[in-house]
Amino acid sequence: MIELPTLGWQSIVILVVFGVSLLIATYCTYAERVIAAFLQDRVGPDRAGPFGLLQPLADAVKLFTKEEFFPAGANRALFVLGPCLAMITALMSSAVIPFGNVIQFGTNVFNLQGIEVNIGMLWVFGIVSLGVYGVMIGGWASNNKFSLLGAIRAGSQNISYELAMGMALIAVLMISGTLSLREITLQQSVAGEWHFWNIVKQPLGFIIFLVCAFAETNRTPFDLPECETELVGGYHTEYSSMKMGLYLFAEYVNVFVASAVMSVLYFGGFNFPFQYELRDWLVSAQGWELVSAQNLISILGLLLLFGKIFAFIFFFMWVRWTLPRFRYDQLMRLGWTILIPLAIFNILLTGGLILGGIIK
Amino acid sequence: MTLAERAYLPAIFQGLSITMRHFFRAATKKQVTVRYPEEKRPFSPIFRGLHVLKRDEVGRERCTACGLCAVACPAEAITMVAGERKKGEENLYREEKYAVSYEVNMLRCIFCGLCEEACPKAAVYLQPDKMAPPRFERDEFIYGKDRLVEPVDPNARSIRGIQLTPEQAQALSQKISQQPA
Repeated sequence: MIELPTLGWQSIVILVVFGVSLLIATYCTYAERVIAAFLQDRVGPDRAGPFGLLQPLADAVKLFTKEEFFPAGANRALFVLGPCLAMITALMSSAVIPFGNVIQFGTNVFNLQGIEVNIGMLWVFGIVSLGVYGVMIGGWASNNKFSLLGAIRAGSQNISYELAMGMALIAVLMISGTLSLREITLQQSVAGEWHFWNIVKQPLGFIIFLVCAFAETNRTPFDLPECETELVGGYHTEYSSMKMGLYLFAEYVNVFVASAVMSVLYFGGFNFPFQYELRDWLVSAQGWELVSAQNLISILGLLLLFGKIFAFIFFFMWVRWTLPRFRYDQLMRLGWTILIPLAIFNILLTGGLILGGIIK
Repeated sequence: MTLAERAYLPAIFQGLSITMRHFFRAATKKQVTVRYPEEKRPFSPIFRGLHVLKRDEVGRERCTACGLCAVACPAEAITMVAGERKKGEENLYREEKYAVSYEVNMLRCIFCGLCEEACPKAAVYLQPDKMAPPRFERDEFIYGKDRLVEPVDPNARSIRGIQLTPEQAQALSQKISQQPA
């Protein structure tokens, strides 16, 4: 058995996570179009490859071969930095998400997670806050009034909804008592005890978090930063070719990460019901070794987590093709006068329930 | 507004259920779209498409370059130059006068059909089964006699009439009769 240094394993995992994020983002563009088509009784992409599955490839070729355009008076360095920043921040937040439980080879135990830190949730929030810079810099560097307006709208929207999102999360942290995403996941299912997923304990918090996740990822009905009808396109008006592609890609990576975070925080992450019973049954009745049974459970959990993530991604797209966009004042009112008070109420409610011993 | 309306969520779930119904219907029901190059919708019986200059039953050009179509044309899309038939060209042109050049500017043409109504020789028609195809250059839209006159081979000629199967024609006439006037 080759002993992998911890850093080596982690870097492999991070590379795999990035690759998977990008792959999923790529096929999100395909899924978005297919789902949009089906929701509107259309056919959708079916020309490139079987069922149009090579469509993302065709899109990529198109984006790479299109003309790179720099607007006059644009700050070139910042203009390039904008989409890079958007993409980097989108990818970085996926590093702390626990995609699976431990896998054990002999004596080596590996986490199916990029970085296991006990401030995982803070990391995600910090990176998500940095993501605003990608949009703001892109809008500012374009030297275009419409882009700047779009960027300002995006910036204020993201900051407003981050508040409510953070407060919704605080209620989760009050229950879990930790910021580590792995810990939060593991707490939602403990061997031998009956544990509910956090959605049961935090239904209101989940709805607030979900709405804020839509706003943070700039998805409809909160896609005001990129509205063609009002702002000629928003913060990426002046962007062309792959720089534009990176922005759109970053949005899909964000959707993937947001779905993953929601699955981990509220839907038990890689846990599934009766997993410990299944493991014990494999060990006792089938004569498996404990290690291989646990590995099997981990892999099943990994697949299941991706199932949950895909369900959320589908939900994101489903909502996109159902609801129209908010007006900007409605959006701000929803964020500041409804979601934030609701989130505070949720914190108080959770505190009361914890004090009353109803949930722990 | 009632509390339920102000909470947005009931209305949102209602909308989501509607789109979800369509999502599953898309898998079972026929989609409303047509895969265009392979599948084509039948033209309406009153469709007016690309012009054609007809020949008579022995293959002579019917047009006598009288210019009535150009006069009738509200968009002034038709221009022509008339010429006199020489001896020995009787098998080419039906009358003593014929069109040396006959041009229709498809960018100007509004396909109103007034030219075919004005034509006393039944020479110009708007085909019911052929559209003016898209082009890249503006001058490619000026159709000369090379593209307007019917080919001599009777099998290659465009047929005046509606090229629908009987079922399609029936469905179409029903659809038209059901439409409110």
